[in-house]
Amino acid sequence: MSAKRWLPFAAFLLIAALLATGVWLSRRDNREALPSPLIGKPAPEFALPVLHEPNRIVTSKDLRGQPYLLNVWGSWCPECRVEHPVISRFAATKRVRVIGYNWKDEPVDALKWLERFNNPYWLVLADIEGGTAIDFGIYGAPETFLVDAEGIVRWKHVGAMTDTIVRDELLPVLEAAEAMKQ
Amino acid sequence: MHLLPEFGQIALILALLISLLLSTLPLIGAQRGLAPWMAIARPAAWAQLALVGVAFAILTWAFVAQDFSVRYVATNSNSLLPMMYRYSAVWGAHEGSLLLWALILAAWTAAVAAFSRSLPQPVVARVLGVMGIVSLGFLAFLIFTSNPFERVLPAAAEGRDLNPLLQDFGLIVHPPMLYMGYVGFAVPFAFAIAALLDRNASRPEEVARWLRWTRPWTNVAWGFLTIGIALGSWWAYYELGWGGWWFWDPVENASFMPWLAGAALLHSQAITEKRGSFRSWTLLLAIAVFSLSLLGTFLVRSGVLTSVHAFASDPGRGLFILIFLGLVVGSSLLLYAMRAPDVDGGKPFTGASREALLLMNNVFLTAACAMVLIGTLYPLLADALELGKISVGPPYFSLLFIVLMAPIVLLLPLGPLIRWQSDDYARPLRMLLPWAALALVAGGISYFQAPNGPWKTAAGVAGSVWIAFGTARFVWQRVRTHRSALTAEMCGMVLAHGGLAVFLIGALLVEAQLQQREIAMKPGQTLTLGRDSFRFDGVQRLPGPNYTASRGTVEVFRDDRRVTTLHPEKREYASGGQVMTEAAIRPGVTRDVFVALGEPLGNDAWAVRVHIKPFIRWVWIGAALMALGGFVTALDRRFRKAAINDGHPEHGEAVEGPASAVTGTTAGPSPAARDDIASRDA
Repeated sequence: MSAKRWLPFAAFLLIAALLATGVWLSRRDNREALPSPLIGKPAPEFALPVLHEPNRIVTSKDLRGQPYLLNVWGSWCPECRVEHPVISRFAATKRVRVIGYNWKDEPVDALKWLERFNNPYWLVLADIEGGTAIDFGIYGAPETFLVDAEGIVRWKHVGAMTDTIVRDELLPVLEAAEAMKQ
Repeated sequence: MHLLPEFGQIALILALLISLLLSTLPLIGAQRGLAPWMAIARPAAWAQLALVGVAFAILTWAFVAQDFSVRYVATNSNSLLPMMYRYSAVWGAHEGSLLLWALILAAWTAAVAAFSRSLPQPVVARVLGVMGIVSLGFLAFLIFTSNPFERVLPAAAEGRDLNPLLQDFGLIVHPPMLYMGYVGFAVPFAFAIAALLDRNASRPEEVARWLRWTRPWTNVAWGFLTIGIALGSWWAYYELGWGGWWFWDPVENASFMPWLAGAALLHSQAITEKRGSFRSWTLLLAIAVFSLSLLGTFLVRSGVLTSVHAFASDPGRGLFILIFLGLVVGSSLLLYAMRAPDVDGGKPFTGASREALLLMNNVFLTAACAMVLIGTLYPLLADALELGKISVGPPYFSLLFIVLMAPIVLLLPLGPLIRWQSDDYARPLRMLLPWAALALVAGGISYFQAPNGPWKTAAGVAGSVWIAFGTARFVWQRVRTHRSALTAEMCGMVLAHGGLAVFLIGALLVEAQLQQREIAMKPGQTLTLGRDSFRFDGVQRLPGPNYTASRGTVEVFRDDRRVTTLHPEKREYASGGQVMTEAAIRPGVTRDVFVALGEPLGNDAWAVRVHIKPFIRWVWIGAALMALGGFVTALDRRFRKAAINDGHPEHGEAVEGPASAVTGTTAGPSPAARDDIASRDA
């Protein structure tokens, strides 16, 4: 029996190992995430109108005191609909305030979207022109930020949230942030 | 609420149980010589087809009747979706496309059960058993990770809609053709495994006999894969709006690898069947081709490689397919390592023989396949080794591909003209000399005539003339000396090689002579491109069935004479807000005019993209000829006759036939008769 005949099998083992690594890497959901320079720094100052009451302006200072999750979405964004049930489930736990950040959207479409899929948000801010989004370094929806009670950005996720990300990333960071405060 | 989707679910579970039977009992029966166990294989294959067919029909019904309580239906269609796309939406996403895979596999398995009357029972039992193992894996994958019948309760009031990219005729036919090819390669694979499992079966004469039986299946599978790939390329051309026909995208590569390896397999099977040489290599290639088909499915379905085509991907599913891939491919290659025949057993041949040329064909096709595999997986390797995120682009693939294909193009016309076993290159070269000269002259003329890209144009024209006339020279030789029509096998070869000639013209000329311009245009403005001019007449809003279109009007003139009016569109889909580009194309034999709308730029101005693509249709016509070649080859009477005669063909073409009749070297018949013999089993 010649050793030559084992070559295909050996080559396959190499490829299989590579593919296994690939699967492993793609399970790390933040594989595409770019590190945000904002993490550990104060969230940008902003003053944005509330989607449901355009005359009411909410500023970053108004939100201090308790941590909050800022979820960037738009009615034009199909991925946002994918993560919508995840956000709803998380919001239902009432762990922290979940604030919607409606980005580059028509208010009419945004309201219709919330009506159709339910509104999981404690409050929805509207950034129609996308000006504040630049300060946050948002380059695509959905994106999600965790801001602590002092207004420091603790965590950021690019792309649709999943229950696994909530459990394995968001909640540990949130607990750590709360522990630091006490 | 009706329970039809639950019946679909039950049908799938029953099919899984049947495939469990099919993948165990007949194989054990064949190993132990238990006839009743082996006899289970055929009825099990039929039952599996019936059950998967029922499941597929029920899912189709759920789409047609718009049962939004089925999650898969609610996610991939909505009430505005036109009827024709409700059928094709069945395989528009992950779950349904896997169900289609399983259905096609069940159909091929049943076809093997139906057309294998002439084969010994243990062989049939093993082949169907191995196909049963593959089926078991796919059905388990469907049921445990990708259930298409999962309900949403309460039912969704409205669905989300099918991805607009996929609402198109191309999608209706592309995946089924592609899967017919992928799954079809399971047949030669199952035969290879059966041959390795049975020590008797790997004797040279047995291998020759089996190969005679499997060759039509390989050819048909390869033909379908060719059509599938060509349709995908055509669809990308008119639907993605980028104007290209091949992007070396990971998912395209995933289907191209089994195609290249499959082309190598077609040729190596022919040598092994006729001459007995390369037995182990043919077995290995048969395993490799199907493994690459599985790898293709893995790459598309796992999300390991990101790509424009990855419409449905999920790492958890990736793990399942990876384990399945590891079990099937790993155990096959292990079996190969332990059982592959030690002695080649074929007739000896010299460096100047058809065997040697076919060996070169296999070397270059396999190398090209390995090159595509490395290029496709390299970004993954770089990511795994933390070398950063790298993408391997078209420059790598195009360059290496041309380098590896050039020898194939150069040697191709010699193959059918040279004799088996031992010949002299001078003889076929003498026959081809005038055509080589013609090719060079044609290349030279086109070098000076080409408005741009002279080298590529010249290479395309010269290569194409060389293959086309070289192949025609073979036909003439055959008809003149043999005074009979070509066999179906030869017709298939001629068609496929001719298809390659047509494809070469298309591929290289469109690369070399493409003209494109993207500019901002206001209504009334005219863009001139050589002899052609394009007048932009503005954009109108028009409603479609499930979208609103911005429909542009572009008047095309050639030498100031109006040629046509084109209407490129931007479609905004009602349900997802996604915007799709619908290019307007005026097809032609020698060139396509392609106009696509870009972004609105305000004040009625639009970005307009205009391409002139010479000979692009030839790419797909060439592919269609190649596919036809595969199908025609499969019709050869020899394959059926050989099977009926239980593997003892009456002509001297087979391995066990008298050597002198095949080679014509010892007896010394007249030169004309020698040519005839040499070309008979081309």
